[in-house]
Amino acid sequence: MKFRAMIVLAAMAMLSACGINSVPTAEENAKARWADVQAAYQRRADTIPNVVATVKGSAASEGKILTDVINARANATRVQVNATDLTDPAKIASFQAAQNQLGSSLGRLLATVEAYPDLKSQENFRSLITEIEGSNNRITIAIRDYNTAVQAYNTRIRTFPDAIGAKIFYGAKPMVPFQAQPGAETNPTVDFGNTN
Amino acid sequence: MKTLRALLLMLALLVVPQLAGAQSFPALSGRVVDAANLLSPAQKQQLEALSADVGKVAQRQLVVATIPDLQGYPIEDYGYKLGRAWGIGQKDANNGIILIVAPNERKVRIEVGYGLEPIMTDALSQTIIDDQILPKFRAGDMAGGIMAGAQAVAEQMKAPPEAAEARVKAAAAEPQAARSSGSSSDGFIAIFWIVIILFFVLPIVFRGARGRKYRGGRGPVVLWGPGLGGGWGSGGGSSSSSWSSGGSDWGGGGGGFSGGGGSFGGGGASGSW
Repeated sequence: MKFRAMIVLAAMAMLSACGINSVPTAEENAKARWADVQAAYQRRADTIPNVVATVKGSAASEGKILTDVINARANATRVQVNATDLTDPAKIASFQAAQNQLGSSLGRLLATVEAYPDLKSQENFRSLITEIEGSNNRITIAIRDYNTAVQAYNTRIRTFPDAIGAKIFYGAKPMVPFQAQPGAETNPTVDFGNTN
Repeated sequence: MKTLRALLLMLALLVVPQLAGAQSFPALSGRVVDAANLLSPAQKQQLEALSADVGKVAQRQLVVATIPDLQGYPIEDYGYKLGRAWGIGQKDANNGIILIVAPNERKVRIEVGYGLEPIMTDALSQTIIDDQILPKFRAGDMAGGIMAGAQAVAEQMKAPPEAAEARVKAAAAEPQAARSSGSSSDGFIAIFWIVIILFFVLPIVFRGARGRKYRGGRGPVVLWGPGLGGGWGSGGGSSSSSWSSGGSDWGGGGGGFSGGGGSFGGGGASGSW
């Protein structure tokens, strides 16, 4: 009787030491942070049609660059990565590439706006730029939080003792961190004429 | 002992990411942290009263911070880390807001907690910065800009609480045990292990080691049990509230003011002059 209790106890102690709980916890945390990353990108994508429409109204001659932005946005919203695909470097890379392309074409569009004073003076356009800046800022932070969570998860499944449980029970694979391209999410500077 | 070692490792892992992001911030000395010395005592008092009023009316935390040195970080970057380090806002509502002024870098930012983003939108933050704060800053009236900006923010903050905050309020009214599912399950685990150790492990250990005549050796058993239980409890606590600077209760009353553990995700807007 006592012997059996001891075995049960030892088994439980070993299981909890082997990451039976902590590995899924870390995994769910990383997945939640990934959802934040996607939400932040989605937030930016949602603002873009308004930006395009506003620019079109005042600067219709920038047709080529407007089309670029529209296409890049369509492409970027098509590429989605499910939480279960976070261990697949190729999927993460294609998501990243699509978003970076959108980011840079959007940056080019906002740079051309410099040539249109009447556009810059619109209150509406002003707040759209603020929205884009806010989205880019949230993207940066969401990516950083995701990478921290991924790092914690990857460390956990590779270090003793959690590595035992991670391997035996979950077959856990390391997740892929997100490498923001340097400069990809930097905000374009649109001079509204009131900065000294 | 294996569990104890796992616990130590877990604690070590928890500490690592926080150390990695180490970056020094001024201490959260009150509702107004004037590290750059831009405000007179009277103005500081006025701002403190304003912030206390926001806390009383809407349970939101408004903090004004003047920072002498951003340490080379962009203010957007510095701002959200500062907010998380201080834990401004209630833990589950994330309803904190910080007005950050960096006079040496000539930057100003309204940093908005996750929960307040629908109320204090980026566009509104930008409007307050452009219309209330920057004109005064450009004229050299730092204190005046801060006062006007804080006033405008405070007015918006007194708007009716969002659903999330209402939920937090309801949760706070309930007994403490029900406050968060995470900590209550940690508590359950701790009790589980105490019971196991008290009634199964220790009798076996003591009987095996000392034989029957030392049955009186249960005295130390009782002492040891709670000791280990305490270790478990604190482990769970630090994992469930890794950002909170002052625990989950926040100083609504008297002198002490502390963050409630709210988090930030980049809401708000910045300006420069």
